[in-house]
Amino acid sequence: MNGAQDLGGMHGFGPVVPEPNEPVFHAEWERRAFALTLAAAMPGDWNLDMTRFARENRPPAEYLAMSYYQVWFAALEAMLKERGLVADDEIDTGHSLHPPKPVARTLSPGDVAQVLHRGAPTERETKRAAKFKAGDKVRAKTINPVTHTRLPRYVRGRTGTIERVIGCHVFPDSNALGAGENPQWLYTVRFEGRELWGGNADPTVAVSVDAWEPYLEPVA
Amino acid sequence: MQLRTRALETILLEKGYIEPAAIDLLIETYEKKIGPRNGAQVVAKAWVDPKFRQWLFADGTAAVESLGFSGRSANHLVALENTPSVHNMVVCTLCSCYPWAVLGLPPLWYKSAPYRSRTVADPRGVLADFGVELPKDMEIRVWDSTAELRYLVVPMRPAGTEGWSEDNLADLVTRDSMIGTGLAKSPKDLK
Amino acid sequence: MSGHDDHHHDHDHSELTETQLRVRALETVLTEKGYVDPAALDLLIETYEKKVGPRNGARVVAKAWADPAYRTRLFKEATSAIAEFGYAGRQGEHIVALENTPAQHNMVVCTLCSCYPWPVLGLPPLWYKSAPYRSRVVADPRGVLADFGVTLPQGTKIRVWDSTAEIRYLVIPMRPAGTDGWSEEKLGELVTRDSMIGTGLPKSPKDLAK
Repeated sequence: MNGAQDLGGMHGFGPVVPEPNEPVFHAEWERRAFALTLAAAMPGDWNLDMTRFARENRPPAEYLAMSYYQVWFAALEAMLKERGLVADDEIDTGHSLHPPKPVARTLSPGDVAQVLHRGAPTERETKRAAKFKAGDKVRAKTINPVTHTRLPRYVRGRTGTIERVIGCHVFPDSNALGAGENPQWLYTVRFEGRELWGGNADPTVAVSVDAWEPYLEPVA
Repeated sequence: MQLRTRALETILLEKGYIEPAAIDLLIETYEKKIGPRNGAQVVAKAWVDPKFRQWLFADGTAAVESLGFSGRSANHLVALENTPSVHNMVVCTLCSCYPWAVLGLPPLWYKSAPYRSRTVADPRGVLADFGVELPKDMEIRVWDSTAELRYLVVPMRPAGTEGWSEDNLADLVTRDSMIGTGLAKSPKDLK
Repeated sequence: MSGHDDHHHDHDHSELTETQLRVRALETVLTEKGYVDPAALDLLIETYEKKVGPRNGARVVAKAWADPAYRTRLFKEATSAIAEFGYAGRQGEHIVALENTPAQHNMVVCTLCSCYPWPVLGLPPLWYKSAPYRSRVVADPRGVLADFGVTLPQGTKIRVWDSTAEIRYLVIPMRPAGTDGWSEEKLGELVTRDSMIGTGLPKSPKDLAK
């Protein structure tokens, strides 16, 4: 979706201000919101792409005005409600008022280390051959899905070069909708700064994105 | 905000940068005098007077000026003709450009992010927000006011209005029908 | 609940308190329903607050500086080379190491969210997740470097990597001069978090002496 999460190239946000000796978390509620988000993914049975879509799918002014973990938490509440795992009256009162829904799994303390260590690899086997090889010229398609996508606006319609054939990976545009993993070949595509930002841009800059095959078309 | 506005007005006044009477007049002009009734007169005349209609589409600025509407935010006015095959809609995606001289100041929704972001990509969806549904095969032409040209949509004359006076016809012309988010009223709607 | 109905007022402490209350309320509900175990939550927090952080990445970089065979493995297949240290898993399932050279400087961003190689760098700092960094580094990386007090030679090529998929990037900075014969442990002290994102350079032996 063309939402506020797609920030590449926007102006007006001011300088980057690193915080000296920044703590990992800035408040106790951030710790809890972080851990709840990771732990609730098991009973919630949602995937990372659904989580990302839930975070970006809000009015841009709201997204930009919220702090980082406020966005995380709002998405967590939304996904729990959507799946009927918690209800508004429960969030209002802070207590369980209805019987829990049966869930497949929860995260036990004994599993934490292993679950984190295993992660969630997204590479998948395929028999299909990759359409592009390193060195091929490609154009990022002009697409504007209202649902989740990982093709940033600033590369759409721009021409780049395949730098690396990464492998066949879960396709977020499908996975975020619960439409299956639909694995697709994934490439690192290099764009020259001047192709993205025009003739006055710094000639020493190049930017790459990782782009799935359905985002790309060959350039003759 | 009210306090800050009042404070700044006081400062500018004390410094002699502004004159209170001029401020009052500006407010009165755009709150009471200039509004979509101006545009409605233009449209009604275009409906009854073929010569004026021709002039309006050839040189919108001059034709509108002949009715006494001119100046600020309509120095370059272009009239857009709605037909059974083409529907025009006007937006300013970058700010809030609007033909003040014929429509007054724009409504909140015209200046809002939902309208500005969506009209250029999904005009039929925006029309649905206004309760307007157009035939599937009708071309929709969106005009983004990115420069100093200001656009006035001239809606189609409703059926059943043969022989009406300009004044009566003007009652059918809504503000939204001149932006393109609405259609002119029908004689039935007037009752 | 009035959560976002009233977001025009200033972001003052009362709003933080409200978020704090909502988080606590949700944790209670999820715990009562048996969806989450508070002990598991504590463990998750402890892991990323105390155990996993940029010291992990610093060890990887130091080894790449000191051990040519390891360096080769790292640039060939970073995920497995990094797993030799036991660093693996969540948000580091597919890692690519990027080599800084005198000719090319690498910088990593996630314009669309906040993708970051957790197993080697821990959780990202606030600036990495912020709109100023995400919007600007793809268009004006030298300007962003200036915000960090870093100036590179005009001729150095800058390569920005936008983490749009599940590949996580780790920048391997150049080994500072004057460190011949140093142990991996001592080299590791020169490796800053920012030098592994590309917004900084490693410390020099002089910096360490300060």
